[in-house]
Amino acid sequence: MTAIIEVQALTKVFGSDPKRAIRLLDQGWTKDRIAKETKLTVGVNRVSFTIERGEIFVIMGLSGSGKSTLVRLLNRLIEPTSGKVLVNGTDIVQLNAEQLREIRRKTIGMVFQKFALFPHRTVLENAEYGLEIQGVSKEQRRKKAMETLELVGLGGWEQKRPDELSGGMQQRVGLARGLANDPEILLMDEAFSALDPLIRKEMQDELLELQASMKKTIIFITHDLDEALRIGDRIALMKDGAVVQVGTPEQILTDPANEYVERFVEDVDLSKVLTASHVMVRAETIAPDRGPRVALQLMRDRGISNLYVVDKGRQLIGAVTAEASAEAVKAGKGLEDILIREVTTVGPDVHLSELFDAVSVAKIPVAVVDDRGRLLGIIIRGAVLSALSGSGDRTGAGGDPT
Amino acid sequence: MSMLYWLSALDLPKIPIGKWVEAIEKWLEGNAGPVFQGIKAFIGTIVNGLADGFNAVPPLLLIVLFTGLAYWIGRTRIAIFTLLGLYLVYNLGYWDNTMETLALVLTASIISIVIGIPLGIACARSDKVQKVVTPVLDFMQTMPAFVYLLPAVAFFSLGVVPGVIASVIFGIPPTIRLTNLGIRQVPADLVEAADAFGSTPMQKLFKLQLPIAAPTIMAGVNQTIMLSLSMVVIASMIGAQGVGADVYRAVTQAKTGVGFEAGLAVVVLAIILDRITQNLVKNKRKGS
Repeated sequence: MTAIIEVQALTKVFGSDPKRAIRLLDQGWTKDRIAKETKLTVGVNRVSFTIERGEIFVIMGLSGSGKSTLVRLLNRLIEPTSGKVLVNGTDIVQLNAEQLREIRRKTIGMVFQKFALFPHRTVLENAEYGLEIQGVSKEQRRKKAMETLELVGLGGWEQKRPDELSGGMQQRVGLARGLANDPEILLMDEAFSALDPLIRKEMQDELLELQASMKKTIIFITHDLDEALRIGDRIALMKDGAVVQVGTPEQILTDPANEYVERFVEDVDLSKVLTASHVMVRAETIAPDRGPRVALQLMRDRGISNLYVVDKGRQLIGAVTAEASAEAVKAGKGLEDILIREVTTVGPDVHLSELFDAVSVAKIPVAVVDDRGRLLGIIIRGAVLSALSGSGDRTGAGGDPT
Repeated sequence: MSMLYWLSALDLPKIPIGKWVEAIEKWLEGNAGPVFQGIKAFIGTIVNGLADGFNAVPPLLLIVLFTGLAYWIGRTRIAIFTLLGLYLVYNLGYWDNTMETLALVLTASIISIVIGIPLGIACARSDKVQKVVTPVLDFMQTMPAFVYLLPAVAFFSLGVVPGVIASVIFGIPPTIRLTNLGIRQVPADLVEAADAFGSTPMQKLFKLQLPIAAPTIMAGVNQTIMLSLSMVVIASMIGAQGVGADVYRAVTQAKTGVGFEAGLAVVVLAIILDRITQNLVKNKRKGS
């Protein structure tokens, strides 16, 4: 992955003589002090981060945290006071009006909170707007707009007016309009916030589905932590115009940078965020050609009652218990004869909320396997509970099965 | 004592505003004559062209054509009113003069639209322009309309042209104001969306702002037409022909009956123009 956007010390100050606030910030004044003594408002305070190509980068914060201002600085709907925004290495802050238009037309699409659909245009005409103003021929842009509408599930609605559509469908039009000119980057400003919860979740799922095939770089603004955790590859948490922490959802949850982040995330339903890979522990394994005596010895040494049998490629074959192994030793049987092949398995990305049933009924710990059937780890019942209670080591053995 | 002294010092001689205005008028008459001649010829051509056009068609056929237009733009009710109203005008014998008045009103309205909409757009785009234009519009609307007649006559001599000019001055403010208002009222998030996709200012204007502002602008145009129509009687005082002249003559000769008939023709024209322009935008919305 390579950086597509690099934001360096980006700052926006509202008020007359904003440059003065920059000097004061550099002298270590806080946003509050500047507001009180100079009547200047620091909207975005020296923000720096890098966005990788193809990721969903969520900028999250409460209202007034500066996230909507920040996203508008990225395509200069709001002019930055200072700092740089490098898009593919070009600092867009330095571009003239013509060059900026070109970037907005070709490289950066946008989806808005209140949809901002053009009410006098049909769904199709809305979707093709970006191409129309680029001078793309009617035939070509119609075709492209139809394809995009099809993609977002609005085939057959082309001739309707936006006000004839439900909120969820309107935002699909917004999404289609943002995608029709095929930008590398899509800015989504609280795109799903105006939708009711069920529709919102549906849209999130569809966005993830679309993203799997499109591989756009998406910058998603939200005030909703659950949404951020669901869709973000990485999350930047904002407070008072500054970025408090940037990290993966797991990092934000398990390793909050400061008290603010901690408070922010404390009410999160961890079972919907943490996955099997977070709570799994290393599995003790044995090769199928060993005897039950070896298996029994291994279990005694480690103080455990099960062993997982894997082949040379770490493919899971089954499991053996201590009890069965002891009987096999007495009866002179091989490992093959006592092998339990019906081990419950789950993928590493399954959320804990979906694991409860499997974990609670399994006689031997549930095995975590990758999509090629290789054993990554196992899930001990207690580990799930302790992860959810937030105590102990949430990350367990991590994703490292060795 | 000293207070009174100072106050008396403030009692300046009369400021010669009237003289200044007359001096400007004189100067313009002397130096900008060809310009006024050009404007006069231009406006005269439009008014006479329209009037000749209306009068070239047999009245009854024209009534049917107007009725068709009203039906196409508005609803059945407007069409019926147009048919009956215009027939009444024809029947009373004011047809030719009413058509001349219509030509005057249409010319004044067209000029108002051609000047007013771009000016309104300029106001919407720049607070500075708006700050300059707004007081001028206030001035134009509140200065008694008769006052325009004198310089209009001085520059354009008697006839229909100064009437058109006076109508434009009196009637243009609503078009400018409501164009400005309509564009400023386009929701900010839509403007932002248009910007975010890389629209040029012209694309934004023609693809977003004007279409969204159209109903408001049309309300302004409607007002402009109505105000122009209300000027026809005043315009007749400086030699503009038409049904306004009939009203004026009737008033000066105290002929109540004739005055009422001619006035009725003005009312019929007003209602038809009003309903048709009001429905112009609504109908477009519905139809497309």
